[in-house]
Amino acid sequence: MNLLVNDKPVEIEAQPGETLADLLRKRLGLTGTKIGCEEAECGACTVLVDGEPVVSCTYPAARASGKDVLTIEGLATVTPSSHKRVRVRVRSDELGVELHPLQEAFITHGAIQCGFCTPGQIMTAYALLEKNPDATSEDIRKALKDTLCRCAGYPSIENAILAAAEAMRLGRPVPHPQVDLSAEPLHTIGEVTIRPDAIAKANGKAKFTDDLVFEGMLFGRVKRAGVPHAIVKRIDIEKMRSLPGVRAVLTADDIPGVNAHGIVINDWPSLVGVGERVRYVGDAVALVAADDEATAAEALRLIEVDFEAQEAIDNPVQAREASVPQLHDRGNLLKHIKVRKGDLAQGFADADIVLEHTYHTQTTDHAFLEPECSIARPTEDGRMEIYVGSQIPYNDRHQVARALDWPEERVRVIGQLMGGGFGGKEDIAGQIHAALLANATNRPVKVLFDRHESLIVHPKRHATQIRVKVGAKKDGRLTAVEAELFGDTGAYASLGEKVMGRATTHSSGPYDVPHVRADCYAMYTNNPPAGAFRGFGALQGQFAIENMMDRLAEAVEVDPVELRRVNALKVGSVTNTGQLLRESVGLMECIDKVDQELRRLCEQEGIGDPFKPHGVPDAPHLSRSWGFAVAYKNTGLGGGAPDKAGAEVELYADGTMEVRTASAELGQGLVTVLQMVVAEEFAMPSRQVNVRVMDTDLTPDGGPTTASRQTYVTGNAARYAARTLREAITTTLAEKYDQPPDEIRFEEGLAQVNGHKVPLGDVVDFMRAEGREPRAMYEYWAPETKPLGEGGDMHFAFSFAAQAVEVEVNTRTGEVAVLRVIAANDVGKALNPLGLQGQIEGGVVMGVGHALTENFIVEKGIPFTDHLARYRMPNITQTPEIISFIVEHPTGDGPYGAKGVGEIVSIPTIPAITNAIYNAVGVRVDRLPVDQEFIVRELGRSGK
Amino acid sequence: MAIRDRIGGVQIGGRRSLTLAATASGKEKSPLEKCRHPSVLGADPMNLWKHYHNAQTVTDALQVLAEAPGRACLIAGGTDLMLDLQQGNHPPVHTLVDVTAIPEMTALEIREGELFIGASVPHARITTSPLVREHAAALATACGLIGGPQVRNTATLGGNVGHALPAADGTIALTALDAEAEVASLGGRRRVPMDELFLGPGESSLEARRELLVGFYLPLRGPNQASAFKRVMRPQGVAIAILNAAVWLQCDDGRITDVHIALGPSGPVPRRLRNAESVLRDQPYDEVVVGQAVKALLEESSFRTSRHRSTQAYRHHMAGILLEETLALAWQAARERISR
Repeated sequence: MNLLVNDKPVEIEAQPGETLADLLRKRLGLTGTKIGCEEAECGACTVLVDGEPVVSCTYPAARASGKDVLTIEGLATVTPSSHKRVRVRVRSDELGVELHPLQEAFITHGAIQCGFCTPGQIMTAYALLEKNPDATSEDIRKALKDTLCRCAGYPSIENAILAAAEAMRLGRPVPHPQVDLSAEPLHTIGEVTIRPDAIAKANGKAKFTDDLVFEGMLFGRVKRAGVPHAIVKRIDIEKMRSLPGVRAVLTADDIPGVNAHGIVINDWPSLVGVGERVRYVGDAVALVAADDEATAAEALRLIEVDFEAQEAIDNPVQAREASVPQLHDRGNLLKHIKVRKGDLAQGFADADIVLEHTYHTQTTDHAFLEPECSIARPTEDGRMEIYVGSQIPYNDRHQVARALDWPEERVRVIGQLMGGGFGGKEDIAGQIHAALLANATNRPVKVLFDRHESLIVHPKRHATQIRVKVGAKKDGRLTAVEAELFGDTGAYASLGEKVMGRATTHSSGPYDVPHVRADCYAMYTNNPPAGAFRGFGALQGQFAIENMMDRLAEAVEVDPVELRRVNALKVGSVTNTGQLLRESVGLMECIDKVDQELRRLCEQEGIGDPFKPHGVPDAPHLSRSWGFAVAYKNTGLGGGAPDKAGAEVELYADGTMEVRTASAELGQGLVTVLQMVVAEEFAMPSRQVNVRVMDTDLTPDGGPTTASRQTYVTGNAARYAARTLREAITTTLAEKYDQPPDEIRFEEGLAQVNGHKVPLGDVVDFMRAEGREPRAMYEYWAPETKPLGEGGDMHFAFSFAAQAVEVEVNTRTGEVAVLRVIAANDVGKALNPLGLQGQIEGGVVMGVGHALTENFIVEKGIPFTDHLARYRMPNITQTPEIISFIVEHPTGDGPYGAKGVGEIVSIPTIPAITNAIYNAVGVRVDRLPVDQEFIVRELGRSGK
Repeated sequence: MAIRDRIGGVQIGGRRSLTLAATASGKEKSPLEKCRHPSVLGADPMNLWKHYHNAQTVTDALQVLAEAPGRACLIAGGTDLMLDLQQGNHPPVHTLVDVTAIPEMTALEIREGELFIGASVPHARITTSPLVREHAAALATACGLIGGPQVRNTATLGGNVGHALPAADGTIALTALDAEAEVASLGGRRRVPMDELFLGPGESSLEARRELLVGFYLPLRGPNQASAFKRVMRPQGVAIAILNAAVWLQCDDGRITDVHIALGPSGPVPRRLRNAESVLRDQPYDEVVVGQAVKALLEESSFRTSRHRSTQAYRHHMAGILLEETLALAWQAARERISR
């Protein structure tokens, strides 16, 4: 068939069963078009066919015959043809490459984070603007409804499109964004800086793991148990051995090293062998590697496995009963976590009022748009390279080496761009399996999960049951908080103990409470494992307490904001784990900022009490109100875990710098922060700093990307490495020019020495002449922390937040919409304003999703949510207006005062929504996600 | 975004029983509770299809469909069929016959006093078509809600109807609008009222491999007539309407002189609620009459509980509200037409 692709004639025959996405990606090498789901759900694969945006993952390639296809790669350079409008193209001086205004606007407005959805967003937006150059926000939201962004920077995306539209209409450069900066910007820190990877992500050149192809590469697949609990009786691989194109089949016996992985506890078998226990549907029983994907898939079908079924344990409360089967040698209890402060009985005795209620939070999925992909590649010198998007590259190296029974140095993890992680790419996915297959075949092997496998296999957010009991004085002052938590950690530990630890320590909220007792039971079940997910337990724990605080406010007749003020942690407070807060507690300012804005808006709109229902003109069935909640979240691992990161900074002869660390970039913007930190230390333009991350051969260990820690820990490592190098350079220059070191200044990529302006690149030779290398490595150790139960500093920093959320409830249908969110976040110091904006937008939207749309449903251990069509994450039309305030209470050891922001934002959104629902219609929601049927039922019951 | 959850179904021309729906609803018992997804089970060796035919005419499509060796299937937008194939809910086929480029099936025009909408017209075109908005507002609205923007550029009205699902938005609108489907076979053409197009959930009365839907004929809107469409969704789980309603009515100075009501899913097949219609016909449009119509509608409907979508009770609660609201929209539109 003949077709036009990016204005070039292509003659190619569509293959049987081929989709347009496959033709573009695999045969034309146009990998800018991404595959997120293969279900026509996510929009990542959007391309234009004859000017109309379509999802190429379900578009038969053969239908494209005679048609005109435009992909992200063609957007900037494609020449106008008769049926198309003349495209306005700009050559952006700032960015130095030819881009379409949409691409430029996405880059400069911070609309690009992980970048996996970006091509789809831009192509969808392009189709809209071609048809409607005057597109309004409403038009944009309509057109982009099903082009999902899990980093959820929807407001930035919308603003970028509006900016591009304006530029195209007026033939002017793309207008700059309005961004909240740090109150006190430094040279680079606190100023708008464009992501170093943004251009490649905008023009389709960025490579993610599945975009890589190696010569002779095989395709690996994993035979999953598909049953939640059983003993494997027989695995028959004979039928598939004879299948042409199959190169290897492996079972548990074929693993050279240790057949168990895990981040904390190695309780997760890489392959379940005969006679062994299957603990969830995603357990692996066999691996195959074949010449192509179809053969690998067929091979899976031919593997026969017999199971002896066991009773499935599907909830953590049941798991704790003595009579049920024990899933691990240690039993079903992963960990009993205890928080003790003061004397609980005394606390309740002191109380004028005691309230108690039980809350339930659901399992949720990260639904990062890039499904997991690992490629293992044996090298000629007998090593193994692993190409993977992983949040913990050095841990992957360790675990792969253990499985192969190799020394760690023989394994090299080369981290790739990641299409989102959110905690879901911390555990091993396909890394070990790919390595085992590559080792067995001595060929590169790609193990790519499809969306369904991703949903079934990777660890989720813990579902919890949380009973919370509070005691308070008449004025609302808390005297005691008691909590009992059950956490469903699923089949394997993953980070369950840590996650539920945070749930427990955060279960009495960011409050100064004299008497606290919390007990948490993190339980194994036969559900998919649960592990890290943005918010990491602190989210669940604070959902319960923040709902309870509104009940308390009502009971003691105190304004909900005032109730938080009365109890808020401040400098000098002691947390429930016995930690004295000596600095950086911006909670009160967060509360005040949100409260002021809320009262201002309400006054402007003629609303008296924001927390009372307010009607909608001509719509008696709609009721609106605001809800309020606060939160805190630790930065860093804490609890006594050594928390360190290494970074190396090197100066090159061309005057550029490179900063290196193995810390992971998953879209959150660490690479920008590292670039900015080095630029700051040398007062040089950030674009002269290159960043290399996630390579275990070339970059020092930065530790896991988890716990909102990277800006703080790796940021510090980069800062100190840069300072060390700066000192070395200063010493060299001082000697060479015979000047005192403190007279030497750095400015715009130059060193100023007694009136000489020395290009930094020249220093390379000076240093080498002295026998020194122009680089410095620094291993930063964060301040020491104490384990839970020992008192003292359990964490070295906390972030704080307050939010007010306005909802609209339809009393006829029970439907809930989130209209506006006022958010204030104490981040210590706003280092990277564009990245911060992305974290705030994404955090709020993910919170909306957690409250209203997302639910990973498992029935007796079998996921009902086994494809993306059944997992609904918020789209742009569900994105509220976000009014953000940055609060900066610097923390002494943080880089320039910064602490983490990656997780805090989502946490208050969720209880603020449920509190707002109560304020709007009088229905208390204690179970997530909010169920519109429940609201209607409750309204019917109360006769409202 | 995709039009419906994967529970199997019929394409434009094919009758197929819902063997996989049984699996999805857990009716099929096996000794072990198992995940049934192809990711877990592995895939069939064959490619999803071997031969793809871009048909140029209806006859061409029917001939290839009839003569293809092995399994053959029509494909229009394919947004559902492709998923069914990819997810193993539809067995691989030898030949896919693409009907999206057949001029007759992509026509959208007035033909001898009727509005004709080809079965291969994508939803995006229907929802923005001035003709459809003028004569069949309920259908324009419904087609603007189906799937997402990208899907609406490929998914077709014929595909929506061909699935024979009791709550397909397009089908419900067409039913209320008193549309007739044109069905072609190599032997000739016939017209089938929407009411007679369906045998059961997911089962159309078309003969697989011998017949196809060419398009739909809709009456043109009279001066005192209007239609409206509305649906209720839930934000979690599967993106299929909990309930949808379409109302066509004709009014005359404060009275409803004629009315058609379709509500899905209110039974095994998309259908009109004729008792509720009778209550409203030739009556003043007021609260009392609407209340009686709601009562009649609830009596003649049978609602089911759909797992993770809606309880029977919620559907029961919403059905009356939806009728009231859709009726109000149609009434208002009709009144505006008169006053113009």
